[in-house]
Amino acid sequence: MDRRHFLSLAAIGGGAVFASGLAGCTTMGSNGGGGKYSAQDFYFVQLSDVHWGYQGPDNPDAAVTLGKAVATVNALEVQPDFIVFTGDLTHTTDDPAERRRRLAEFKRIIGDLKVKDHRFMPGEHDASLDRGAAFKEFFGDTHYTFDRQGVHFIVLDNVSDPGAKLGDEQLAWLQADLEKRDKAAPIVVLTHRPLFDLVPKWDWATRDGAKAIDLLMPFQHVTVFYGHIHQEHHQMTGHIAHHSAKSLIFPLPAPGSQERRTPLPWDPAQPYKGLGFREVEADAKAASYKVTEFPVVRT
Amino acid sequence: MSAVSRRQILLQLGGAIAVVGASAMLARNTAAEEAEGRVVEVDVRRFKFTPSQITVKRGEVVTLAFRSIDFVHGFNLPDMGVRADLMPGRVTKVRLQPTQAGNFAFLCDNFCGDGHETMGGNLIVEG
Repeated sequence: MDRRHFLSLAAIGGGAVFASGLAGCTTMGSNGGGGKYSAQDFYFVQLSDVHWGYQGPDNPDAAVTLGKAVATVNALEVQPDFIVFTGDLTHTTDDPAERRRRLAEFKRIIGDLKVKDHRFMPGEHDASLDRGAAFKEFFGDTHYTFDRQGVHFIVLDNVSDPGAKLGDEQLAWLQADLEKRDKAAPIVVLTHRPLFDLVPKWDWATRDGAKAIDLLMPFQHVTVFYGHIHQEHHQMTGHIAHHSAKSLIFPLPAPGSQERRTPLPWDPAQPYKGLGFREVEADAKAASYKVTEFPVVRT
Repeated sequence: MSAVSRRQILLQLGGAIAVVGASAMLARNTAAEEAEGRVVEVDVRRFKFTPSQITVKRGEVVTLAFRSIDFVHGFNLPDMGVRADLMPGRVTKVRLQPTQAGNFAFLCDNFCGDGHETMGGNLIVEG
């Protein structure tokens, strides 16, 4: 059974939880399409905002939530080609030793994933207090590129600077990388914070993110996947689609819906409500992406 | 002209310049004090601004004088397009003259630790 055929059956059976539609992100209908999974198709899983080490009332099951998500990913009938982690792997701490202990524990737990091809980027909780020093010890560079089936992935770091800046050096690096690309090339940007001003009064922005968007704007097929806001959200800046992911610790309120971005309270009747991960099915030839949302635990 | 008399002229000129300079400085200080308007001192430390609720009148000139204690916090008032880095050990002044009444949120926008997300306040502009 190929992946798309499987998804079509899963959707009919209620296994596919959600699919959203935007430019750069197409809707998977209930009949799923049923086409053959071409050599140019691939899919990856996005996990975000794990906040390993968090202890508090907004997730009394924090010590086991990541492990359950790992089990759910491992139970996917068709395993992803790779897995991306879009930041806030750990919850922040002032203690450098504790930060490393949390990063090590996180790395050990996700080591149980069947798929071993992982791509990491930091969130501000991982990197802002030491400008990414501990993160780099465990996971390497905080900005880099890689390619899959003709899709160019660009990982941007908008958190190692505590002021939520990419910085001139990284922007110059981005510009140099983009100068080597065809304007029609499919490009996926992975980052932690929104590159655009989603809700600046909640710190949901990148201070110089508009410069990155300006550099990306001449390219016809750009899609951004990010984290930080602990919920699914879709927005366009021109023809560039931005898709945020749910978290694995606690959900946050809808953008700008209240004065402060306080976490939504834990509901013991519905544990893990609002949490989850997503899979992204890429059609490299069409530069389109199908996003399917999954809960932490599938019933 | 003898060397002495030339030196005297230069000293007198220098004195005159110094007085003019001092006068200009005083004038600038006076203008600055007037331009500052009411000064509100704000203590800044992880993870709060004190006071966190600052009330001003619409059209009033007010200067927020931030004194950060422990970190390079940020002050960001997005609705008014105002932000500043608040260096510890210094007083950072931000001058405002709100033209619109309302309740405007401000926040620390330099990540400062576990509690950063709660670090903010409100500028209340009375009509």
